[in-house]
Amino acid sequence: MSRRGHRRLRALASPVVALLAIGGIVAAVAQAQPPAGVVHQPGGSEQELMRLGAGLFAANCASCHGSLGGGVPEPSPKGAEGITGQGPPLRGVGELAPDFYLRTGRMPIEHAGEQPERQAPQFNDREIRALVAYVASFGGGPKIPHPHPARNHLAEGMSLFTEHCAGCHQIVGEGGFVTGAKVPVLQHANATEIAEAVRIGPFLMPRFSEKAISDPELDKIVAYVLKSQHPDDAGGLGIGHLGPVPEGMVAWFVAAIVQVGVCVIIGERRKA
Amino acid sequence: MIRRLVTFVDERSGAAPLLRKTLRYAFPDHWSFLLGEVALYAFVVLVATGIYLTLFFEPSTAKTVYHGAYEPLQGMEMSKAYASAIHISFDVKAGLLIRQTHHWAADVFVAAIVLHLIRVFFTGAYRKPRELTYLIGVLLLFTALLEGYLGYSMVDDLLSGMGLAIGYGVALSVPFVGANLALAIWGHPFPGNADFWSRMYIAHVLIFPVLIGGLLTAHLALVASRHHSQFRPRRKVNGERKLIGVPTFPGQAPRSLGLMLAVAAVLVLLGGLVQINPIWLWGPYHVSQGTNGAQPDWYLGWLIGALRLMPHFDVVVWNRTLVPNPFWGGILFPMLVMVALIAWPWLEQRFTRDRRPHNVLQRPRDAPVRTAIGSGFLAWVVMIFTFGAADRVYVFLGIPYETQLWFFRVAIWIVPVLLGVVVYRLCLALREKEEVERDQQAAVRSAPPSPRPEGSFPRRAETGAAPPPGSSEGRTRRR
Amino acid sequence: MKIGRKTLAALGVLGLLAGKGKRPRRERIVAAGDPDRRAELVVVALLLAASACALMFLVVYALDWSNLTQWLGLCLGGALIFLAAALIVFGQRLVVTEQLEEDYPEAGEPEEQIAVEQIVRESGSKITRKRLLGGAAGLAGGAFGAALIAPAASLGPVLDTESLYYSPWHRGRRLVDEDGKPWSADDIEEEAFYTAYPEDADREELAAPLVMVRLQPAALDLPAERKDWAPEGILAYSKICPHAACAIALYRTPRFEEAEPAPALVCPCHYSTFNPADGGTVEFGPAGRNLPQLPLMIDDAGHLRAAGQFSEPVGPSFWGIRTRRPSSS
Repeated sequence: MSRRGHRRLRALASPVVALLAIGGIVAAVAQAQPPAGVVHQPGGSEQELMRLGAGLFAANCASCHGSLGGGVPEPSPKGAEGITGQGPPLRGVGELAPDFYLRTGRMPIEHAGEQPERQAPQFNDREIRALVAYVASFGGGPKIPHPHPARNHLAEGMSLFTEHCAGCHQIVGEGGFVTGAKVPVLQHANATEIAEAVRIGPFLMPRFSEKAISDPELDKIVAYVLKSQHPDDAGGLGIGHLGPVPEGMVAWFVAAIVQVGVCVIIGERRKA
Repeated sequence: MIRRLVTFVDERSGAAPLLRKTLRYAFPDHWSFLLGEVALYAFVVLVATGIYLTLFFEPSTAKTVYHGAYEPLQGMEMSKAYASAIHISFDVKAGLLIRQTHHWAADVFVAAIVLHLIRVFFTGAYRKPRELTYLIGVLLLFTALLEGYLGYSMVDDLLSGMGLAIGYGVALSVPFVGANLALAIWGHPFPGNADFWSRMYIAHVLIFPVLIGGLLTAHLALVASRHHSQFRPRRKVNGERKLIGVPTFPGQAPRSLGLMLAVAAVLVLLGGLVQINPIWLWGPYHVSQGTNGAQPDWYLGWLIGALRLMPHFDVVVWNRTLVPNPFWGGILFPMLVMVALIAWPWLEQRFTRDRRPHNVLQRPRDAPVRTAIGSGFLAWVVMIFTFGAADRVYVFLGIPYETQLWFFRVAIWIVPVLLGVVVYRLCLALREKEEVERDQQAAVRSAPPSPRPEGSFPRRAETGAAPPPGSSEGRTRRR
Repeated sequence: MKIGRKTLAALGVLGLLAGKGKRPRRERIVAAGDPDRRAELVVVALLLAASACALMFLVVYALDWSNLTQWLGLCLGGALIFLAAALIVFGQRLVVTEQLEEDYPEAGEPEEQIAVEQIVRESGSKITRKRLLGGAAGLAGGAFGAALIAPAASLGPVLDTESLYYSPWHRGRRLVDEDGKPWSADDIEEEAFYTAYPEDADREELAAPLVMVRLQPAALDLPAERKDWAPEGILAYSKICPHAACAIALYRTPRFEEAEPAPALVCPCHYSTFNPADGGTVEFGPAGRNLPQLPLMIDDAGHLRAAGQFSEPVGPSFWGIRTRRPSSS
């Protein structure tokens, strides 16, 4: 590069570095904040669990789910920071649903109707237990499931998964699209979360009760999903387990580039 | 010793003159001329690995129950075709290596053809007298697409089974005769009968390879007969009459062989280290099953993009379905592209009124209209291809599928036109810059040297030193 | 280095004159080149490396580990890389790279073209009835060509598309699951989806698999003639997409109806989206036809049975698909 080019590059460097630094600081600050509207109770470790749960619920959930979990069918301006509340009732959901949504960070969400997506839990473990206990106290409902993934029934698990789940979640749980929603990847789900999701049918997912998928069948599905998180990559690098999309990218961005490079090397003329 | 061998052969075949001519046959030497060879060598790898696979693969739709090394398929019902592919992958020692090398070779084969086609198009190599060579090349491209589709569909896994179903839907969508065509190919409504698998198999291992081999031979024979085109030679030689190149022997031979081995090396390394088409993860195909994220191999991605872009309508006239929906994306679109590619040399001849033979290639900027139209056309196809993976883009980048759909429905028409205009302007601008610099250099050379103040340095043109980089004299044929 | 093609005139003679037993001194055809001893060593080293890799391949191949693919690939690929490198270095450094000049051939040879045309033309000197002969030959060729092509009609029921309207369903046929167990109405719950097959029939036909869902009867908006097709709100549709025959394996159902989209059946291939509440109309995606619906009834034992034929033939559209209902024979 000419000297002029080097000078130009250096001149660009300082504003670019400055921008990157600013961007980095902004991102770090944003990460450090909780999502808008999550309220933690001070001095939580001393309160009794139910009172803690009640307090957290009132502050974080009631604006959408109603003060006693009765649900808010029509959106109405309610709650702190002008959150427009609307949400399903929580009576009779037991421990299973709040445990799932809170442990996977899917709740609370900001707007009703937005897809709850997996993220770091927005409450700590004690707070989650408190909320779960409180919501379960609304009346009835299933307990937190304890699946026993059956490793020696992987073939059945695969059949069940293909039948009930693969259409949305992809055959090895790499997620996908259904009209109106993004179907989550299953790479991070543990056995309990898988069982919970199947029984709840969160957002646009179907809900499979014990009649549709029995507990032993659920165990097999859980085993298959856990196995799919570490599939048998006998062929080498798994490149996403998606098939032709990443394969085509490798063909073009690895193989084709290398081949063209070899052509450039060979095509060069060297004096004898 | 060589003399004795050559004498032996020549006395019995008269081959010595041909041998001599072949050994000293001259090839113009530019790296972009080697892209076609990359495709050729990928085909060689395909045939070699393919022969090995035919020694193990069982093209049978008969049902069997799997009892083998791979746990999650244990006890599952599947076709013998699928079971034999699993067997190759897990029980035959180098089976998975060869199977994956074969599949990577197919992907790279088509990619190399496309790169080669792009080079041929943008340098005008298809002009007289090479129109037939070009036509055969385009036919090779489309034959290769079909061959690849048949190859990965034979395995009867979930992903390729869904692809075959779509192929069936596309066949049915041919106006008037679609039903008859689909029944002729499949022998029976989908999923067809056992004959269909025999047809796929023999088409893939015999009919199409022979066809591709024959077309390739004709393609290479025509290239050799007319000699390879070249960029304008640096020396003061009439490039249209005289070719300057490196002879087959000893110059080109080791390099070509080296290229072949390099192509094979890349394919074998990919085949061993990067997983492709892990059919044991997909499971066997059943008519009532589907998975999200199912895609055809990359070279058919343009078709899935086109199929997904269409709004929902069948063309119906008095209860007769004249044009079912898959026709537009599955048949009309690829036919249009093929016809456009084939017709281009003759279209260009008509519009430029240039029917002279050409052996000298043009730089893309020297044919701005062609480069602009070609860029626009390529952008059109590439954008449709890109939309084909919109669901994965949604999962990966978060851009909603519906948003992408509406964006692409508009953009595939606007962007190619805009790009064409920009490229056209760019070509003209680059040429203008060259002309200005050339004029400047000429002016500097012809002007008398002005008296130099004492102690100053002489100007570059006077000392005859190398011109600075970026000027037209420094910028010769690539490199 | 430029070498013109010269005819070698006196070489052999010179050689013979020079003396018996000696090789005749001929003019060089291939240009001479300076040696490059370092490159020779490099090539040898690369060839040795290639040999080592190839031998490693043999060793690894003989091993009895479970998955050798990566090792085999590395060894064979390595051998190929070193061989390729050896040849490339050889080609760049150890052989001369001459720049020969060759003539491009003429675009065509008019003399020969005329001669060919002349040969063909003059060969017809004995023929007086050219058009009659030509017509007869054309007829024979056409007929013979048709005869050669005719066996292709046996590839399938090419002229008889009746099989495309076939459906194994008929009034009274029971719905069973993949294990053959009959589906009861009580098995079908809201917010889930189920696959059903016809009892005692081939499952790998396009018209065989069904997808079942249950909606609130009040939420249904079926066409007038289908008002009784969904007992208790249980709906059955073909599981095969009318766009391009993929299985409709996705069901979207809202947890909270007030803020989420209504239930829909979606196909994973091109995302055609069908509304089960109103007879399978297309909401999104490229499907050109509605999803065929199968009427259901509940028998005395509480099992689900087909109450008739599909609303239209199953599978991708073709010429006559809208002209009639499917038949089960």
